[in-house]
Amino acid sequence: MTAPEAGDQVHTATVTLTVNGESRALEVDTRTSLLDLLREHLGLTGSKKGCDHGQCGACTVLIGGRRANACLALAVAHDGAEVTTVEGLADGDALHPLQDAFIRYDAFQCGYCTPGQLCSAAGMLTEGGPSAVTADLTGDPALTPGEIRERMSGNLCRCGAYVNIVRAVTAVSTAGTEP
Amino acid sequence: MTVAGRYVGQSVRRQEDPRLLTGHGRYVDDIVVPGMLHAAFVRSSVPHGLLRGVDTEAARALPGVAAVLTAAELHPGLHPMWQTMMGQDAPAAPFRPLADADVRYVGDPIALVVVESRYIAEDAAELVVADIEPLPPVLDTSAALGDTASLVHPELGSNLAGELPAAGSPELDAAFASAALVATETFHQHRYACVPMETRGLVAQWDPAGEQLTVWAATQGPHEFRAICGRVLGLPEPRIRVIMGDVGGGFGQKMFPMREEIAVVAATRQLGRPVKWIEDRNENLLGGGHAREEQMTVSVAADDAGHFTGVRVEQLENVGAYPFPGNGSTAMAGSMIFPGPYRIPALSYAARAVYTTTCGRCAYRGPWMMETVAREQMVDLLARRLGMDPLELRRRNVITAEDLPFTTASGMVYETVSPAQTLEQAAELIGYDAFRREQAAERERGRLLGIGLALYIEPSQSFGPLGTDGATVRLEPDGRVALVMGTASHGQSLETTMAQVVAEHLGCDLGDITFVQGDTAYVPYGAGTGGSRSAVVAAGAARQAALALRERIVTLAAAVLEAAPSDLEVASSAVGVRGDPASALPFAKLAGLAYFGHAALPEGAPVALEVTERFKAPPFTFSNACHAATVEVDATTGQVSILRYVVSEDCGVMINPMVVEGQIAGGVLQGIGGVLYEHMVYDGDGNPLTTTFLDYLLPTAAEAPAIEYGHVETASRLPGGAKGMGEGGAIASPPALANAINDALAPLGIHLTRQPMSPAAIVAALTP
Ligand code: FES
Ligand code: FES
Repeated sequence: MTAPEAGDQVHTATVTLTVNGESRALEVDTRTSLLDLLREHLGLTGSKKGCDHGQCGACTVLIGGRRANACLALAVAHDGAEVTTVEGLADGDALHPLQDAFIRYDAFQCGYCTPGQLCSAAGMLTEGGPSAVTADLTGDPALTPGEIRERMSGNLCRCGAYVNIVRAVTAVSTAGTEP
Repeated sequence: MTVAGRYVGQSVRRQEDPRLLTGHGRYVDDIVVPGMLHAAFVRSSVPHGLLRGVDTEAARALPGVAAVLTAAELHPGLHPMWQTMMGQDAPAAPFRPLADADVRYVGDPIALVVVESRYIAEDAAELVVADIEPLPPVLDTSAALGDTASLVHPELGSNLAGELPAAGSPELDAAFASAALVATETFHQHRYACVPMETRGLVAQWDPAGEQLTVWAATQGPHEFRAICGRVLGLPEPRIRVIMGDVGGGFGQKMFPMREEIAVVAATRQLGRPVKWIEDRNENLLGGGHAREEQMTVSVAADDAGHFTGVRVEQLENVGAYPFPGNGSTAMAGSMIFPGPYRIPALSYAARAVYTTTCGRCAYRGPWMMETVAREQMVDLLARRLGMDPLELRRRNVITAEDLPFTTASGMVYETVSPAQTLEQAAELIGYDAFRREQAAERERGRLLGIGLALYIEPSQSFGPLGTDGATVRLEPDGRVALVMGTASHGQSLETTMAQVVAEHLGCDLGDITFVQGDTAYVPYGAGTGGSRSAVVAAGAARQAALALRERIVTLAAAVLEAAPSDLEVASSAVGVRGDPASALPFAKLAGLAYFGHAALPEGAPVALEVTERFKAPPFTFSNACHAATVEVDATTGQVSILRYVVSEDCGVMINPMVVEGQIAGGVLQGIGGVLYEHMVYDGDGNPLTTTFLDYLLPTAAEAPAIEYGHVETASRLPGGAKGMGEGGAIASPPALANAINDALAPLGIHLTRQPMSPAAIVAALTP
């Protein structure tokens, strides 16, 4: 990649998004990632940057209900999208069932990976389809702890809270409380 | 066994949870200061070389660039740097925030660009051109000490960073001379690293009018951060305010500000504008500090029954170019802790630490842990030579309750440890004997199953500057309690555990306490979180302050109730006459009297409902544990599967068992990562190869085993009976796993002494 020269133009574009149910329109440098747009332009700092390379999951948000690494998503490429971040999971004062389960199962320590874990779990619970550990590739596999471990393996936690994260997600999944 | 209190000993849910769960934590990258500039570093891409020149012209010309600073601009006026824990005269690498005449590892910061936006800062950094004339890299620790080696730090005249000479004794010589068996082996531990999910970072702001520096930092010790800023900039400490918000893990990496953080602070002062620097992941893996990478040769002399009679240890550490703190050597601690849980009558421990042209070493959870890694593998190896089961060999040598108090060959005195009990508990929990039977049967079918044990003693380090911590407990006018502490959490749940201690001893409701931490403008001096010291030193301070405030509140209530203090009881944030609940005065009522209604109070009734105490701990408090793991090794792929993992822990009286288990789980997983997945690799020319998460593999949910816990609770002699335990998980898991893998490979006659024990390494060992 060649570095820009002095005098190079910075290109901007207008992006309209629905974030946590609110419509937002803003003009950004076309290079802006969705993560930076959320954190730096909208002040929604709940989504975290752990690598900026799509390799840790700390920035996971829901785009149209599907989980995505916001650091890899160019904001301009998602014009018109519906985005849910960790700030949008709770319903007013009522915590999302996953947030509640994370407390009950002690599913985090420093909390840095947690917003991504929560959004990832929320998306994962509605995803369906087989994963790398699914034996029977026809039909929707049950979300066993083994399936959940595999499906959550894109979200790193250096505090090592994985076992409790999987317990919390399993509890929500088997309680059928997810939409 | 201690009876749990209302709060202490309970798995109270964490106080910090709702904030962190809803995305409202405040980590350093969430801080925005008006007018803030963004910093990016230009780093060396060459491991070793002379810096002929740095062309910053194109970068300076880029719109938005406020400054491009090289050593020539940044360094003038800076004062020497040293860490409090190490002292001013400790051996250390030369201090320079930016590379000066030469570069000494790939990633060595050469220039700092300070720009209006981070995006442009990255662009500007790419426009800086460094002219470097390569020098031979210094990579191999043994070769680095040779006469012809190129010097990492020419001004030091040698690559030897530190040395601990062997201290033999006639007793030791006699032990070796008369031994029935002497076994010697060298164990290698590779380079791996802390890798917190939140990288390093800070926002620094200089107020030229008030001559005040404010720093928001991802740190484990705001006071140490402040002290170092004060030393380097020549500022009085009260003029510096360091604020630590939520911190996304540290594990040792954030104990001390390193060169980049110091450079940013210096730049903000020079420019008079706020500057933010958030390390990116590549920088964190390349230059944020590495750990481990060392080798240890252990010789054990034993009698024919397998009793250890003497041990000789030689350690060789690779501390990189710019280790933090001091010279990066952990040998002093290792030499003190090496005897660990065993009766070892005589010991000699020699060590050398060597500078190389690689990223400097930093503290990592149990920095001295090579002593346990090597010792525990040596026990298994000796057992194999003796034809004895490793459990049996441990039973013959482990310190038992009858041996206490016990003074080790290195002079450590144990009074309240229980290694024999944790050994037995772990063996029972994992079903040791049944596993041996299963293993034998499965071997017949060609399956490679193995079991590994590791015992250790973990020191809570509270010597020297780590020995005291402060706490203020204040009853506020509304009857609620402010707990203001010098120690601060970066994931260890101190907001909860410290509040539990205060609620227990003050007699208030847990929900009435607000924990104030991490801001040097408000909190008493604290040495930071590290050395597994919080449960000992910080909890000691919290307890002492809570008890002192309780006494004052009781004195006040006694005056109001016209009762003898000894007739009063405190519970649920109220004081009343014992047996007469109707007499109870809520804290809010008492606070109202003290702050506002004092005119009506009898003479001598206390009105100062605020207490600050400092707790002074003994230099060491010892916890202990035994890890037991069972594994299966796939002989074709080299894949290791962990079947079960058991930890029997004795950390004294547990403040919060849930938090204790969370700390163990985190440490164990870091050890598993170290043995099986993580490896910071340099090629033969000194180029780092693992600077993304695609190459540096952290364990994920798919690799994390469920841990089964056993608890032995031997109270320490401290008030409260606690012991520290934050590091142990990462200390004992590598040897437990290594022993299990080697046990599985035993039928093939293979014994690995090098980590990582990755599939590739195992397959290579299996390939004739
Ligand atoms: S920050 Fe997006 S995956 Fe790591
Ligand atoms: S809780 Fe700290 S990284 Fe997951």
